[in-house]
Amino acid sequence: MSDYKKPLPEIQPYSQPFWDGTKKGLLLIQHCNACDANIFYPRRDCPECWSQDLGWIKASGRATVYTYSVTYEGVEQKFVEDLPIILAWIDLPEGIRMHTNLVECQPEDVAIGMEVEVVFRSITEDITLPFFRPV
Amino acid sequence: MDLSNVAIVGSFETDLGVVTDRGPMALGVQATLGAIADAGLQASAIDGLITCNSLVTPVMYHAEATAEYAGLTPGHCLSVGTGGGTTYTALRYAAAAIQTGLATTVVVSMADSMRSFMTRDRAMAVQSSSGHPLFEQPYGPTVPAYYALIARAHMDTYGTTEAQFAEAMVSSRAWAHLNPTAQYRERVTVDDVLASKPIADPLKLLDCSIVSDGGAAVVLTTLERARDLPHAPIVLKGYGEGHHYEHISQAKDLTKSAAADSGKAALAGAGIEPADIQLAQLYDCFSPALLIQLEDLGFCEKGTGGEFLASGATRPGGNLPVNTHGGMLSHCHPGNPGAIFGLTEAIRQYRGEAKERQLAHLEHTLLHAQGGIMSSHATVVLGRAN
Ligand SMILES: [Zn+2]
Repeated sequence: MSDYKKPLPEIQPYSQPFWDGTKKGLLLIQHCNACDANIFYPRRDCPECWSQDLGWIKASGRATVYTYSVTYEGVEQKFVEDLPIILAWIDLPEGIRMHTNLVECQPEDVAIGMEVEVVFRSITEDITLPFFRPV
Repeated sequence: MDLSNVAIVGSFETDLGVVTDRGPMALGVQATLGAIADAGLQASAIDGLITCNSLVTPVMYHAEATAEYAGLTPGHCLSVGTGGGTTYTALRYAAAAIQTGLATTVVVSMADSMRSFMTRDRAMAVQSSSGHPLFEQPYGPTVPAYYALIARAHMDTYGTTEAQFAEAMVSSRAWAHLNPTAQYRERVTVDDVLASKPIADPLKLLDCSIVSDGGAAVVLTTLERARDLPHAPIVLKGYGEGHHYEHISQAKDLTKSAAADSGKAALAGAGIEPADIQLAQLYDCFSPALLIQLEDLGFCEKGTGGEFLASGATRPGGNLPVNTHGGMLSHCHPGNPGAIFGLTEAIRQYRGEAKERQLAHLEHTLLHAQGGIMSSHATVVLGRAN
């Protein structure tokens, strides 16, 4: 068992391919075969047309920063080691927005509109989380 | 639904700020019984009780538990959970219950003790739980960090400055300075806010609401019954809600919120315009929330909330007094009940009991609150009974 204390996603049957993907270094985005919508976060029903005919596409792994903030205080003890935390919402060319942390950079390096790329960090045997870093 | 023959007839605030001798349930009961007495009623007159669950000591059936503790046996109990928006959602359910004959006299009561009855680490865990459990919480989000995302997006889109956000606390403290029940009463300047420690950049400590203990309750009944009670009835002129998402990450545009829908519906119900409002009691959990509400509720153009705050309009003597009690930035913010003090202060203003804060002329008050991170919006317009 891992001694990792921070929250980890619970893998659902419909999100399993996403987490299988991150383990292999792939960022997979859910895609509705009925209406062509790209969907994030993964779910069992398309929020645009309610179809359950959903598949997966491979994202380019590139994105741009829509907005960000830098947390200096006020986290649970288990996150203190990560401060300052750069929380960012990034827009993928596939038309979805993701919540992530920017890594391998300093707060002063970050700007709205900057280009970032995915980087994967293996957390436990089952979970590899996607993060993003400046290109 | 026309709610105008429902009246608010009783109001009570518990001790506020740092209250260590009573937990949330005891505070809630104190608020409930105080409001019933203020209305000039007996416990037997209460046939509806609506409450908000405590974050500190949640119970399974909160309204029923409150009734039991207080020795009430109402025919209708409801615990409402729309986060910070609960006060006004609950007010509407109370009014609708009276309107439809489900109940005749309803207490809306809420209290919590985030300051004295919850450890810091537990408080941090509770607030980070607003993030999506699978795709956000693993990244260590906090509530200030979410509002900081919103602030940064507003700065980028409209050129709003950190100094303009700082005006929210300047205005709040200018009012709180006049209110003996406010937890923080020292006036501050824009420079004080800018120099306060960074919490989630671009937000600093003094862009954030405080953490408190306290509770309050109000009593509603039919306007007809209200005529026989001690206080001049205050009526609900309009009501609106707006819900565009639960997780703020699902917002299409961070600089606009469902407050626009909620406010529009409430003002239309009252048949008035934003210019007809003399008092706005808004949800100032963080400075950007207040700024965006001023825009979305129509008090200023989209993108000009920063200039509006900096103009002094919301301060004592301004054209649109906002949060005359000091709001959650300075007065009291015990958790989800935070917005109820906007309501009890408005009632005090209608009664002419706000002392140094008293507004000379008050016909229409707009109350607004939101739950989640700009997620679940509710707006009420109050007025005097004809
Ligand atoms: Zn679809």
